[in-house]
Amino acid sequence: MKAVVIEHRHRDDVGSRMGLWLFLFSELILFGGMFIIYAVYRFKHPLEFRLAAEELDPFIGTVNTIILLTSSLTVAMSITAVQEGRKNLSLALLGVTFILAVVFLVNKYFEWSHKISLGIYPQSPDLINKPPGEILYFGLYYVMTGLHALHVIIGMAVLAVMGVYVAQGKINQHSYVRLEAGGLYWHLVDIIWIFLFPLFYLIQ
Amino acid sequence: MKPATIAAEPDFYHEKKGLPGIFGWIFSTDHKRIGILYLVTIISFFLVGTTIGVLMRLEMLNPENTIVTAQTYNTFFTLHGIIMIFLVLIPVFPAVFGNFFLPLMIGAKDVFFPRLNLLSWWLFIAGGTLALVSLFLPGGAPDTGWTFYVPYSIRSNTNIIPALMAAFILGFSSILTGLNFITTIHRMRAPGMSWFKMPLFAWSLYATGWVQVLATPVIGITLLLVTIERLFGVGIFDPTLGGDPVLYQHLFWMYSHPAVYIIILPAMGVVSDIIPVFARRTIFGYKFIAYSSIAIASVGSLVWAHHMFTVGMSNTGMFMFSLLTFLVAIPSAIKVFNWVATLYKGSIEPEVPLLFMLAFIVQFSIGGLTGLMLGALSVNIHVTDTYFVVGHFHYVMFGGTGFALFGALHYWFPKMFGRMYNKRPAFYGWLFMTVGFNVLYFPMLIMGYLGMPRRYYHYLPQYELLQRIATVGSWVMVIGILLLLANLIISLKRGKKAPANPWGGKTLEWSVSSPPPTENFHEIPVVSTGPYDYSEYERTVPEAK
Repeated sequence: MKAVVIEHRHRDDVGSRMGLWLFLFSELILFGGMFIIYAVYRFKHPLEFRLAAEELDPFIGTVNTIILLTSSLTVAMSITAVQEGRKNLSLALLGVTFILAVVFLVNKYFEWSHKISLGIYPQSPDLINKPPGEILYFGLYYVMTGLHALHVIIGMAVLAVMGVYVAQGKINQHSYVRLEAGGLYWHLVDIIWIFLFPLFYLIQ
Repeated sequence: MKPATIAAEPDFYHEKKGLPGIFGWIFSTDHKRIGILYLVTIISFFLVGTTIGVLMRLEMLNPENTIVTAQTYNTFFTLHGIIMIFLVLIPVFPAVFGNFFLPLMIGAKDVFFPRLNLLSWWLFIAGGTLALVSLFLPGGAPDTGWTFYVPYSIRSNTNIIPALMAAFILGFSSILTGLNFITTIHRMRAPGMSWFKMPLFAWSLYATGWVQVLATPVIGITLLLVTIERLFGVGIFDPTLGGDPVLYQHLFWMYSHPAVYIIILPAMGVVSDIIPVFARRTIFGYKFIAYSSIAIASVGSLVWAHHMFTVGMSNTGMFMFSLLTFLVAIPSAIKVFNWVATLYKGSIEPEVPLLFMLAFIVQFSIGGLTGLMLGALSVNIHVTDTYFVVGHFHYVMFGGTGFALFGALHYWFPKMFGRMYNKRPAFYGWLFMTVGFNVLYFPMLIMGYLGMPRRYYHYLPQYELLQRIATVGSWVMVIGILLLLANLIISLKRGKKAPANPWGGKTLEWSVSSPPPTENFHEIPVVSTGPYDYSEYERTVPEAK
């Protein structure tokens, strides 16, 4: 390996990664609170949750799952590309990741607006007259996928900043811990979706 | 130990490199400056919270109306709780003393993420501002109690959302501090400072950091859901739409009970650090104290439902939570025994910091033992939601952490500001504060046992005497607090210049000059002895006889 340019500032990639993992733990527990609520209400209203789940289209969910999984792959490849010093390839892969995230959000937008056009949204006259289990199911659906979508947007912002750093050369062959951090955050967004997908779309 | 810095080096107050004036502070990433920023803001909030508390006691002077209406009293106990818990007790030890002293104690030049550290102060200010704004917006100050219990927090017309968002942002600030300290302790200890050579304050910050990182997000999401509930009516916590208010309580206490340990653990760490210095003895049972911090942090995360024994839980659930509550008492008692054992046969110097620690031990023990009474199912049913609960948690929160705060402030004042405080007023301040505290809160335990409910602004005539004694106690205590703070503020200017090590402490922060230079250590020290090596005193004691 070539000699690394010695920076004046103290650098410790292991520590940086540790800090990020701690942050990811706390993000997971943030969603953990939601998963507890989901579990409790599903246990209380199993039948109504099942009925409500039939309103969701597993096809769109599957497409979105594939999109997010692919985007995790491209972000991982982008890190490898930086490690090998292939800056342009890394930038292109980050761009693909970003576009996939946009596609995911567009899908989500159509899915939500379809539900809303059917009159299923919080406090809607249709929903309010349904049994409590269905109200809770859709309440949780909007809140949990909404919070996840918010994390997708935050993740996109992080990736965009990382893209700028790669372009400027601040993230390079010798210093890529920030891109790894961005990638890890993106995987978190992905793994939360991997749990949301079966809970809302697949369990019948 | 040789001083690790050169005397002529400028201290961190006189660093010329940064931005001028106030900007050199609010944009500084120096952990010491951030610590001072937190200190100033938190003491200000503490004074606001204390004022509200004194006004509440004044209202209780008479059985009928004294100074405020029922609604105002509701907002008083809500704000007193929000300010004291979220803005004072939770941040005070990690953010003030942790920031200032953790890097110094483990021989580092700063925390691991200095910019994140500054961000967490900014978030703290944003959250604090939002909490204060909720007081003055039209709609009125929040009146739900600091617990924001649903469904009332969904229905109340007061400014609940700003208060919820304030707590959410403050939680985020707390997570970042915890994350920063865990990483700092893992990665930045000086050469030779193994885990078991760390000062016990650092150990307690480590345990606290994990609680901050792992428990705080739960309240974040819960308060966010109440906000969403108020804005959109999704039904998750609204019983009219099928939501379950008891589930809210579970989630709330899943954080808010561990938060008690965020509050008390670092205070216990400070006690473990101060007692050996003024007893001139090696701490008794170092490893037991270190491990008991971890034990308290982990078992303490599993006891939350003991706040909810009367909501209607299964008997098995109640039994388990009661049992776990008793288990947490064991590591806490281990600490108390170790502190007392450290004092035994020590060469005790009764300086003001030590006096605060002694008051801590007594008051924390009262608070802990009344906590066990509350954890016992049968007694809990009798005293739930009475002054007994209020007395209990003030004995832990204020009698414990509050006193540790003043003790720590006096202990580290020479290091933080480079001046000695005047000892005589400090002693009288301590005396007034301790006497006033006990006169204020002990009657609450009795009144609660007799059935006085908490949060009522009127009371039956039979409680008049005890209520009045408590109110007088609040005045005595406030005189003490003001005397202590005034003395410290005057000493900032007029105090004698402090030497590097006025107390004879053995931890690393005493090896640098007072106040410390910007870079802390000219050269990173190499550590070979433990943090409480008083063997030279211990050997001389028999000869002195």
